[in-house]
Amino acid sequence: MLISAPLVRQRTDRARVCLGSLGGRALLFLSLSALPGCSHGVLDPRGPVGESEKLILYDATALMLTVVVPVILGTLAVAWWFRSGNSAAMRKTQWDYSGRIEFVTWSIPALMVLFLSGIAWIGSHDLDPPKPLAAKAGPVEIEVISLDWKWLFIYPQEHVAAVNQLIIPVNTPVRFRLTSSSVMNSFFIPQLGSQIYTMAGMTTRLNLQASTPGTYEGISAQFSGAGFSDMRFIVHAVSLEDYRDWLASSHAVSTALDESRYEELAEPSVASPPSVYGSVTAGLFDAIVAARGTSFGHEAYPEQRPK
Amino acid sequence: MLGKLTWSAIPFDQPIPLFTVCVLLVAIACLLTLVTFKGWWPYLWREWITSTDHKRIGVMYVILALIMLLRGFSDAIMMRAQLAMAAGNAAGYLPPEHYNQIFSAHGTIMIFFVGMTFVIGLMNFVLPLQLGVRDVAFPVLNSVSFWLTAAGVFLINISLGVGEFSRTGWLAYPPLSELAYSPGVGVDYYLWSLQISGLGTLLSGINLTTTILKLRAPGMGYGRMPVFCWTALASNLLIIAAFPILTATFAMLLLDRYLGFHFFTNDGGGSPMMYVNLIWAWGHPEVYILILPAFGVFSEVIATFSGKPLFGYRSMILATMGICVLSFMVWLHHFFTMGAGANVNAFFGIATMIIAVPTGVKIFNWLFTMYGGSIRFSVPIYWAVGFMVTFVIGGMTGVLMAIPPADFVLHNSLFLVAHFHNVIIGGVLFGAFAGYTYWFPKAFGFRLHEGLGKGVFWCWFIGFYLAFMPLYGLGLMGATRRLQHYSNPAWQPLMVLAFAGATVILLGIVLMVVQLVVSIRRRDRTRDMTGDPWNGRTLEWSTSSPPPSWNFAALSTVSSPDAFWSRKQQRTAIALPLRSITVPKRNALGVQVAFLVTLMGFGLVWHIWWMAVLGLVSALAVSLRNAWRVDLEETIPVSVLTAHEDIHATRVTRI
Repeated sequence: MLISAPLVRQRTDRARVCLGSLGGRALLFLSLSALPGCSHGVLDPRGPVGESEKLILYDATALMLTVVVPVILGTLAVAWWFRSGNSAAMRKTQWDYSGRIEFVTWSIPALMVLFLSGIAWIGSHDLDPPKPLAAKAGPVEIEVISLDWKWLFIYPQEHVAAVNQLIIPVNTPVRFRLTSSSVMNSFFIPQLGSQIYTMAGMTTRLNLQASTPGTYEGISAQFSGAGFSDMRFIVHAVSLEDYRDWLASSHAVSTALDESRYEELAEPSVASPPSVYGSVTAGLFDAIVAARGTSFGHEAYPEQRPK
Repeated sequence: MLGKLTWSAIPFDQPIPLFTVCVLLVAIACLLTLVTFKGWWPYLWREWITSTDHKRIGVMYVILALIMLLRGFSDAIMMRAQLAMAAGNAAGYLPPEHYNQIFSAHGTIMIFFVGMTFVIGLMNFVLPLQLGVRDVAFPVLNSVSFWLTAAGVFLINISLGVGEFSRTGWLAYPPLSELAYSPGVGVDYYLWSLQISGLGTLLSGINLTTTILKLRAPGMGYGRMPVFCWTALASNLLIIAAFPILTATFAMLLLDRYLGFHFFTNDGGGSPMMYVNLIWAWGHPEVYILILPAFGVFSEVIATFSGKPLFGYRSMILATMGICVLSFMVWLHHFFTMGAGANVNAFFGIATMIIAVPTGVKIFNWLFTMYGGSIRFSVPIYWAVGFMVTFVIGGMTGVLMAIPPADFVLHNSLFLVAHFHNVIIGGVLFGAFAGYTYWFPKAFGFRLHEGLGKGVFWCWFIGFYLAFMPLYGLGLMGATRRLQHYSNPAWQPLMVLAFAGATVILLGIVLMVVQLVVSIRRRDRTRDMTGDPWNGRTLEWSTSSPPPSWNFAALSTVSSPDAFWSRKQQRTAIALPLRSITVPKRNALGVQVAFLVTLMGFGLVWHIWWMAVLGLVSALAVSLRNAWRVDLEETIPVSVLTAHEDIHATRVTRI
């Protein structure tokens, strides 16, 4: 089984490097835009979904800045130039209408929105969370259950489960099915991209992929009560061999996740250490969903369960 | 006898709330003693507490909003201090159970009791004056609305010392807010105080809409109505349409919590998703209820201080009403991450962006209003220019998050928190402060101190950028909202910076208090003798400052949106024949109902059923009794009107 300690230490070192590179607190302002890049955020993506979303962030921001920056500068310039003390400024104090200008002022934001709508429409469909990712290797299926206040990951094909740690092979699509045991949470690994809600009695779906081996932080992005701040998990994206090694070592763990042990696990607890279950009762995820209500899924991308 | 209420409800073991409550109680006791000692009670009771004058009620709304701003800001700076400390293994000084109450209270108070209260106060004060009429359509109802809001404020503040407040965020999403996960009284305090104040808001919306639709000066068609009145109309129409949704949604959650219903529970076929949809079907129009009147204030301020009519008046109205309608079609953008599917997400994303078109048009029109003008840089125009610069940034980040795949990584992050503070502080609050400065001389007859006002502006402006620009960065770094502590040490410098920004805003708030005190003490230097201190354009400036209880002795005919400006241009002295005026008498119904409804709310929160029934039944009884009263109006004789007009005319000509 992979032990996360060295990876975690490496991560903290990187964070220190980020801080050190500031070169003095005076540069803090200037580094505002630089900081997110080296701090495991959404601008430092390690997978295709996150990459595409970062591109959309950049494209849309750049597009809007072409209007926003001139408007800000124009506002300041006009306000200053037409100050009452400026004898050089011409005055048109009766002027309150111009059809041509009105046409332009409606057209500029309309055109902008037209472009952005294109991005939104295409982006919504390309990056729809339940849409399977194209890849050579077959998808790894993982069922996610948010508990108070920890994350349970079930590998239904492999019959193992883990708490607060998610081990995935790189360059392999991961198909998540998600639900909640109690309140709403949002499953989010900032460096891999899209988040999605987990809701009791319902199943949401999400497809992600890591393209670089590494350790990433996973969080809940929806406030869920007292233990919310510690509701984090570690994501280890590893090579396919390491992934298989981890599965093999996990199978050797004797603790089994059956319904009674699940009930114990579902009791509220804060900051539970990562752990592994060597076997899992088949159909546990569906039973958890069914216990809370009716299933809610998407028809657009029918389930492609391995035969 | 006392339901769930026991001595354990008083936070004897929690030093921070206990200390706060003690300080508050001492302050209130001092205030009451002072009022009693000075013998001000009869004056306060007759002229303010039981007043049905829209101007007095408007002023009381604004005072309430400013007081709640202090409360909401205390919560804010406590949170920023906590997050500046709680990095790595540090736990900070606020444990989660306290911290979670603080951010829930901060959001609830700032939206409902600062934003809404301030905006409704301004509308209350300004609308009848700008429309050139003598009061709102239903003056007694207006008083009831105000006092219901005050009752909500009172109830939410009781939770500070008796029991606890909600720990479920400002919108109390179930199932977290259901009895199974929040068994305490916090959510009940939240629900009942908002139900009570929400009723006040709805009544106020009906009142102001009726006023705009039915009471306007002769000749004031819709095409001659000042833009602030148009934005207020849009805002109040939204209140009428949206607030019943809020009331119904909260009623369902209350049924779940009190009577074991299953609207939003996890079990029994409940659907928490439905709550999220319903609350945002109210919640999105709500932000436009707040921002539209602020847009109106800026339109008035920019036109007045540029010495020009507003550019593109019809465009502005079209944009305002466009925003009003569109605001109901975008609610789903608050939860793209619920997994509704690509078509639904794209539809709501694009609908959201479309709102940027009329909003963008407004920005351009303000820009062209300034173009060719002669801009006097007084405090209100500082707020207006500061708003234009800041709001376009907030608008940009808002449109960014309207793109569903972008929202998938920004949803619920500190980027979102930065965005909505960017538009609410940079838009609503700047607008409220601009309006406060602009109409202050109308309300009290003297201007606010100019230099201190600029100081207040710079503190808020710089403080805002210092406090919230780091939050954009933190959101991109993966920081989510409502965290009580965090492990990533790289976040801490930005968190400290944000705290520094909050302290600059604190300085701005302190300066506001200083400005008010200094302005009152030096009021003889800034007296407004003419009633028209800014060379205004609309009818509120045509009467004396402060206006008499009847506003206008005679209702003059209006021929353009800038009615007073045209009259000044034509230099026509109108001498309309004066007739005696009927005005509503003072009425204690509002304060009585509020007191009884507070009793009801407190009883319901603590399951003290006799108190709840007593409060409700007596509130209905006093309302019914009022319905049969006939002596509700009094007549102002012509002699009084003539005397007032003569004094005002003498002052105007002397200047």
